[in-house]
Amino acid sequence: MKVLVPVKRVVDANVKVRVNADNTGVDTANLKMAINPFCEIAVEEAVRLKEAGSASEIVVLSIGPKASQEQLRTALALGADRAIHIETDEELVPLSIAKLIHAVQQKEQAELVILGKQSIDGDNNQTGQMLAALAKMPQATFASEVKLDGDKLVVIREIDGGLQTIHLPLPAVVTADLRLNEPRYAKLPNIMKAKRKPLETLSPADFDVTLKSHQTIVKVTPPAERSGGVMVASVEELVEKLKNEAKVI
Amino acid sequence: MAILVLAEHDNASLKLDTAKVVACGQAIGGEIDVLVVGHNCDSVASEAQKLAGVRNVLVADSASYANHLAENISELMVGIASDYEHVLAPASSFGKDVLPRVAALLDVSQLSEVIEVVSSDTFVRPIYAGSVLATVQSLDDKKVMTVRSSAFDAVASGGNAERVVLTQDVAPQVEFVEQSLTESERPELGSASVVVSGGRALGNSENFALLEQLADKLGGAVGASRAAVDAGFVPNDLQVGQTGKIVAPDLYIAVGISGAIQHLAGMKDSKVIVAINKDPEAPIFQVADYGLEADLFDAVPQLLAQL
Repeated sequence: MKVLVPVKRVVDANVKVRVNADNTGVDTANLKMAINPFCEIAVEEAVRLKEAGSASEIVVLSIGPKASQEQLRTALALGADRAIHIETDEELVPLSIAKLIHAVQQKEQAELVILGKQSIDGDNNQTGQMLAALAKMPQATFASEVKLDGDKLVVIREIDGGLQTIHLPLPAVVTADLRLNEPRYAKLPNIMKAKRKPLETLSPADFDVTLKSHQTIVKVTPPAERSGGVMVASVEELVEKLKNEAKVI
Repeated sequence: MAILVLAEHDNASLKLDTAKVVACGQAIGGEIDVLVVGHNCDSVASEAQKLAGVRNVLVADSASYANHLAENISELMVGIASDYEHVLAPASSFGKDVLPRVAALLDVSQLSEVIEVVSSDTFVRPIYAGSVLATVQSLDDKKVMTVRSSAFDAVASGGNAERVVLTQDVAPQVEFVEQSLTESERPELGSASVVVSGGRALGNSENFALLEQLADKLGGAVGASRAAVDAGFVPNDLQVGQTGKIVAPDLYIAVGISGAIQHLAGMKDSKVIVAINKDPEAPIFQVADYGLEADLFDAVPQLLAQL
């Protein structure tokens, strides 16, 4: 089974971003960038499937600016076999990304696509579901456990009330939740080896895909600041304030 | 112009989120229809008919819809979407699973977690874990979006919508095996007016009983930080934050939670935030209306005694 894992370059999860001066976007210049944490979990899961003998080859894919190759190298160091980079400087909506991933999935004949459940910058939580729709494949979103049982995929999903188990025929799309696994660290020799692994660079024009313009960002703003609170000295004071000042209990 | 709202339910009763999404529909303006897809969900349809401001309740009742799987629900929705300009669902694990699939089949983009309606094609949604708000204008002919229910007040009951039965049936691609739901007598986390949340500092799952007592005394729900969930203190469906539930109760009490960006994303729109933490430098104190620097094992029992 060939596994395709799309990964995204995003601002590091621990960085607090700021809106730029003209309210058109977020200032990302000179910020620490990283592989999206959910994508990292997706890569780890693919590597584990390969280690368990379920997957034969892992192809990682990133769509974005030239610098995204750093994240592809990271994924190769974690255990992916080869990488595809679709280079574009355009901000693409998840639907356009899903169309490009679908084109790659068809070209590569990948039987399983594992994505992160959401990117921590756009917070869309859409790409995996959209890919599944375009490819007419079943989907298992928010997966916290994945295993291959014969020719079907057994997935435990995190849902609002608890957990759900489903069986999917292949080919299928899975999106990874936080609790799917604990990603490993890339060891130095693997980072060195990853530099020699194949990385193919393509452009959106290499695919027979029409990308439309779907939305415009009118403006971006910081959310309303919460006014500074007070520190109370004791539980008595806290209860008194909640009763008489805030009137919430 | 008409709006389709996908109802969330468990085949027995309608989730309150649906009434909040209808409120978002009212803010957009236009005739609102609610779609109930499930199995033996007659009572759900009756409840939906009572929602104020709803024109029709469309009911697709079939065994193939019993488990609310995205593949067949999205096919069904695409079949009726031509009558609507807006397609809305709650930004719950159910809505997030189904709606992007609908959008892709319609070849339109989707807006996730809408928190404000500016006009019928322009909406506000948070990005970067709620650190930034983006105002987005959709250029698509259909606006497909999930709605953050904590940002809207539920519409009242007392409506009297027409019921329309849909006969289209789409067989699922996926085999549903089982579901294990966390049972609780407490109000649902997403809609509770009081939430008491615990973090890593609780130390173990037994100590969470302390927070459960506090929640029960206040008639609230129990939440948790990712650290507490990962440590196995509580099940993951109690997680509040960017990747868990987004809550906005009247009162949020954060006990032993440091206040990482990812946790704040899930609770910083609460009306009143109380933080109890023994670390005076914890970032949670920057958003707390009332902060108490104390050991939670002293403070929570005292709090219980005084309520």
